[in-house]
Amino acid sequence: MPHIPLPPHLPGITGLLEYRQDTAEPIRGLTQLILRGESTLTFAERELIASLVSHRNECRFCTAAHSAVTDILIGESDTCTLVKENYETAPVSDKMKALLHIAALTQRGGRFVTESAVTRAKNAGASDLEIHDTVLIAALFCFYNKYVDGLATQLPDDPAYFKALGERIAVSYGRRPEGYEHSILDH
Amino acid sequence: MPHITLPEGIPGIRSLAAYRPDTGKFLYQWAQSLLRGGDSPLSEAERELIAAYVSYKNECTFCYSSHAAAARFLFQDQGAVVDVVLSNYQQAPISEKMKALLHIAGKVQADARSVLDEDVAEARNRGANDRDIHDTVLIAATFCMFNRYVDGLGTITPSAEDRDTWDAMGARMGTIGYVPPK
Repeated sequence: MPHIPLPPHLPGITGLLEYRQDTAEPIRGLTQLILRGESTLTFAERELIASLVSHRNECRFCTAAHSAVTDILIGESDTCTLVKENYETAPVSDKMKALLHIAALTQRGGRFVTESAVTRAKNAGASDLEIHDTVLIAALFCFYNKYVDGLATQLPDDPAYFKALGERIAVSYGRRPEGYEHSILDH
Repeated sequence: MPHITLPEGIPGIRSLAAYRPDTGKFLYQWAQSLLRGGDSPLSEAERELIAAYVSYKNECTFCYSSHAAAARFLFQDQGAVVDVVLSNYQQAPISEKMKALLHIAGKVQADARSVLDEDVAEARNRGANDRDIHDTVLIAATFCMFNRYVDGLGTITPSAEDRDTWDAMGARMGTIGYVPPK
């Protein structure tokens, strides 16, 4: 049971973003910009960062949602699975391995991001902006994971829920045009 | 030394908002709504105290020093309570409700899944309502983000002992709030 009353048809983060809208607005705006805005990192690359961090934080809702959207964007589920298991041997570029390593360090704490981890990323071709965005995405997912789990939000057990959510966020993190009166599965 | 080339001479979060103003604008709006927004049952001073406490636990010198300074400014002549809270909140002259909320904030910082029903029930017994619980978790989770962003990129941090610099920052935060650099 969530620690505060939340609408049962809005599990995980969705009920929280409807509960308090003055903070939800910049949170959504930032998320849309950093994950779907212009970047030299693809949507899928950025979602791999989100999935890895959520997995490391053992946040089941966020890991399921971001793994679902990653799988949709890539077109298969092996890459995300392998990144979560061990990004160093996963089928991603050397640059992505280096950025995922920075994300993993950020998940533990900002002071764990070493100069050598950053140098590794730069040597693999990462720009300052890509490094910046990686740290910000990883930090943002630590926020989301702790918000979702700190209030003990509901975890759907129906994989169809995460497939539907993945399809939605593959496109946009903005507010749903159809509103929040119904479950994402009712459309 | 910052890990990437940031605008010179600017410390902490401000250097990151100067480096990337489009994300910076949302981050400052988030902080302003969270810590100054009108309808929280927690006072601005109490919200800054939770932010400082979580940042202290995350060992983020920039964030805990600046938010402790903001809390001291907002607590006015009760300002000495802030340093006591950082070292041992159970002994601090704060309400029993705030002690229960700081306990929850600490658990969110360490492992958010460790916030138990009993922790929330105890906070409610001590007068916390839904918004108190929600806002405490939101502030704690938010500062787990800011702390990682600020330290993860190695931003400039004045010495923790430089009270004049922090007090000036705290006074600014306590008066004009969170306004992004131009």
